[in-house]
Amino acid sequence: MRMRRLWSGSAAASLAAILALLVASGPAPGASSGGVLTVPQPIYRTGAYAAGGSGFAGGREDYFALLNARGGLDGLKVQWSECEDAYDTARGVECYERTKKDMVVVWPSSTGITYALVDRSIADKIPMVTIGYGRSDATDGKTFPWIFPVLGNYWSQASSFIRYIAASVGGEGSLKGKRIALLHLDIPYGREPIPMFQDLAAKFGFEFRNFPLPAPGLEQSAAWVDMARRFRADYVIQWNFGQSCTVPFTAMHQVAFPIDKFMGVWWCGSEEDVRPAADLSKNYVTSNFTGVGRNFPVIQQILATVYKNGKGNIDEARVGTVYYNRGVIEAAVFSEAVHNAIKQFGLPVTGDKVRWGLEHLNFTEARLHELGLTGMIPPVTLTPDDHGGVSSAYFQRWDGQKWVRIPGLWQPYADLVRAQIAKSAAEYRNQKR
Amino acid sequence: MSADLSFGLELLVSGLLVGVLYAMVALGFVLIYKASDVFNFAQGAMTFFAALALVSVLPRLGWPLALLFVVALMTALAVAVERLALRPLAGRPPLALAMSTLGVTFALGGLAQALWGTEPHRLSLGISAEPIQAAGILINRVDLFAAGAVAVIVAALIWFFQRTKLGLGLRAVADDHEAAMSVGIDLRRVWVVAWTLSGLVAIAAGILWGNRIGVGFAVSLIAFKALPVLIIGGIDSIPGAIVGGLIVGATENLAEGFIGPLVGGGVQEIFPYLVALVFLMVRPYGLFGRPVIERV
Amino acid sequence: MLYRECGVYRTSYAQDAALFPLPADRLGTAALVLAAVLLPPVLGTYWLRGILIPFLVFSLAALGLNFLTGYAGLLSLGQAAFMAVGAYAGVILYGRYGVPLPLALLGAGLIAAAVGAAAGTPSLRIKGFYLAVATLASQFLITWTIQHVPWISGGVFATINTPTVRVGGLVLDTALRQYYLALAVVALLTVFGMNLTRSRIGRAWMAIRDRDIAAEIIGIRLLKYKVLAFVVAAFYAGVAGALVVFCWYGSANIEEFDLVNSVRILGMVIIGGMGSIVGSFLGAGFVTLLPILVSVGVHKAGALAAGGAANGLVSSLEDLIFGTMIVLFLVLEPLGLARLWKTIKDYLRLWPFAY
Repeated sequence: MRMRRLWSGSAAASLAAILALLVASGPAPGASSGGVLTVPQPIYRTGAYAAGGSGFAGGREDYFALLNARGGLDGLKVQWSECEDAYDTARGVECYERTKKDMVVVWPSSTGITYALVDRSIADKIPMVTIGYGRSDATDGKTFPWIFPVLGNYWSQASSFIRYIAASVGGEGSLKGKRIALLHLDIPYGREPIPMFQDLAAKFGFEFRNFPLPAPGLEQSAAWVDMARRFRADYVIQWNFGQSCTVPFTAMHQVAFPIDKFMGVWWCGSEEDVRPAADLSKNYVTSNFTGVGRNFPVIQQILATVYKNGKGNIDEARVGTVYYNRGVIEAAVFSEAVHNAIKQFGLPVTGDKVRWGLEHLNFTEARLHELGLTGMIPPVTLTPDDHGGVSSAYFQRWDGQKWVRIPGLWQPYADLVRAQIAKSAAEYRNQKR
Repeated sequence: MSADLSFGLELLVSGLLVGVLYAMVALGFVLIYKASDVFNFAQGAMTFFAALALVSVLPRLGWPLALLFVVALMTALAVAVERLALRPLAGRPPLALAMSTLGVTFALGGLAQALWGTEPHRLSLGISAEPIQAAGILINRVDLFAAGAVAVIVAALIWFFQRTKLGLGLRAVADDHEAAMSVGIDLRRVWVVAWTLSGLVAIAAGILWGNRIGVGFAVSLIAFKALPVLIIGGIDSIPGAIVGGLIVGATENLAEGFIGPLVGGGVQEIFPYLVALVFLMVRPYGLFGRPVIERV
Repeated sequence: MLYRECGVYRTSYAQDAALFPLPADRLGTAALVLAAVLLPPVLGTYWLRGILIPFLVFSLAALGLNFLTGYAGLLSLGQAAFMAVGAYAGVILYGRYGVPLPLALLGAGLIAAAVGAAAGTPSLRIKGFYLAVATLASQFLITWTIQHVPWISGGVFATINTPTVRVGGLVLDTALRQYYLALAVVALLTVFGMNLTRSRIGRAWMAIRDRDIAAEIIGIRLLKYKVLAFVVAAFYAGVAGALVVFCWYGSANIEEFDLVNSVRILGMVIIGGMGSIVGSFLGAGFVTLLPILVSVGVHKAGALAAGGAANGLVSSLEDLIFGTMIVLFLVLEPLGLARLWKTIKDYLRLWPFAY
């Protein structure tokens, strides 16, 4: 009885405490008032993908801290905040709804949340920047005026893989008769590149087969035995996410599949994916849409300015890692768009103006140099019709300790990619009529 | 044809070996259900917690000490969970207890990540990753070690249940709570023992799976793989967990290899459930499960 | 004294059979309905889109599962899959074939119900925990089918967006209108459900839940009522899934209807109270809203901590607190929040007197 009273007391007390904390909140200022630009971020720091979420948030926040240390973004001090959504779509939507009045951009950082917010962002006039994920057909600015892939979409990446493989076998002509397998999670994200690979297989004459893994894809031995023994793949590309990216290293060893014929998508290419496999993941190649490592002016500046005072937003050892650099780039793209918007329209900053800024994003070599981003991303120019995404991919190799970039840029087969985009965008317009 | 046969054989062998690992996870469920009729949703979280604790203290303490630490930790955890989340609900409908373990799942997951961070870790067992060649197929050394470990653990459990007083007490409680209490068996002590055993099994499962897939949050999702094992084998039977695990592992792989290509792949998750359904039609309590006798 | 049963005289059969025989209940329900209709325009989009619409959608799904698990005693872990069937069916009927919205919602429910009937057939032979896991088979099978059959999934994204949602000439593009649609549907189905549980079917279910062999002996046909329970649960889930598309996300995405959500809905039923309509709502509120409450509260408290690096710790603590609160509430009242509510009402019946 005493126990029950103790429990019920604690339940009531904790609920009251939470409600009290909730009530003790004031209204937040508008997005850019009083010289402050607020940037709320729905992000996930728990759950299976926490490493990615914390990397994004850390990278973005450090870049903003760097800007603030230099006087702000065109005079505006960037004030960020986080909202935990645990990679859950319902909570992501709730976070968005809670913070959208201060938002001029949203980074969903999750495919599910991206799909759920497509209509909202249009109605709320908040541009969605989905670099390297989300809908591949969002490159079409006419159909998706408020979504910006900017640097890479999945179809472009898929075709870059084929170009990379072609380079390894001595040209597109030698692709004929080769067998390429796609090992992927059996969810929309994993199935997305299949039409692209099928188109490329038809064009170049290689045999393509996909091997779906039911989510979460932790048990892959059947697929590997098949790919190694029956299908006898020449190359295996993995299109997984989370720990399903790590499992192949042990699984392929079991069937003696060589690692140099195995490569991964850019969501399977972070330090967290390869470290648990130790030596087995050495020489693993993945694609990327940003540079990796600390050897870039902007990262060095962040280390010197932000971390010198111990005010970093992430564990310092993670500065320069794959997810971190992606966060930096997301913040850099956003800052550039805001800069464009302020130059064109002046204050205050609104979502609509940031959209204009994104549509007129012009990262030339010179501009990248100015911002310290040389080598982190290729030069990219967006237009109102082309929101980016059909772009060259970097490739990187894991040497056991860190990622090392493979020199070169691998272009996509742009005509095929654009054809796919046009088809898919038309289907979307048909659905939405 | 011989190519197909050798392909099938390799699928079968790797399937059986992974089935042993499924059985390991299922054992944790069985132990608790046997003693207290509670379906422990938290088994996956306990496995993750044990694995993460181990890899986090391993660099500082080294193997034997780290293992002992984790054993002590899981024992303390088992005691805490039993006392705080289950004992207050004693005598309540089993679903309420199951839901309480669901709450424990969230709490444990959050606690593990709060204490030891969210980065995936590597768990090395020091066993070479080179496979062994046998009869034209390759067999993973770690899998064989795992199979051996599971055999040892099962043998230990069987010895425990047949030969020790505590084990007999557990079986008595599983048979009939009230009769066991009437002969003087302390129900609460038995529950603590059952949960501790399950925690120890979780450590073993955590080590084996952590080595296989890396120690990260996904380790807690492995528990879902154990569900068809439980219903094929019976949720309160240890040999059932082993047999069920082997069946599930073999079915998964063979179905994916031979039926998958015909329907577009990705069937390895569904097939064990379909097989389980067929089994259940014939034996509604699983192969070795105890039928529940209802009085009208 | 506040919640009085005495002094209420029923002088006709109609009065006796009323849904809310007590004036206190009638007043309370009327106040609730009035608040639900009049308050939202004042509340703003955040409350509508972030809190109330998800709450309504999940309440409906939990209500359906409550008929199956709470009233008929058949454990099911496949509710999210039935929602998926309803979501895709609804958007295909409305978007691809131009079926008017109310009919599309009905159609979504009926198609899901048909699938539910098929999924429910093992319940004749299997019971308890085994049945729960057997329903997982339907969860995975349905998800797999939706993704792998292009006609259903609509292509590689397995996401179908809905065209502009309109009922007759009225376009439902604001949060308020979407909320009213969800409210109307949920209210209608709740009243239907309340009557269902008071009817012969409801009594048969409760008999099956208590002792199905005895129920069979006294003449209740198990086949009919068990499958009917699945059918009704799937119908409600199907309509809820369609509401997800039309009122909430605007698209049917298979990833939103996975096993985690099935377990969550079962959790809503158990925490809310099995065999109780009010319980479904309370449970849905608890499971959908408490994490948000905890998150906001913990982050406010954690705002005292420095920088972004500590945010990970704060977020992990959220899970810890949420799990602990589930355990706390269950220990407080193992039979669910509905029983807690009933206890409060019983207390109010006597207050301020002791007995």
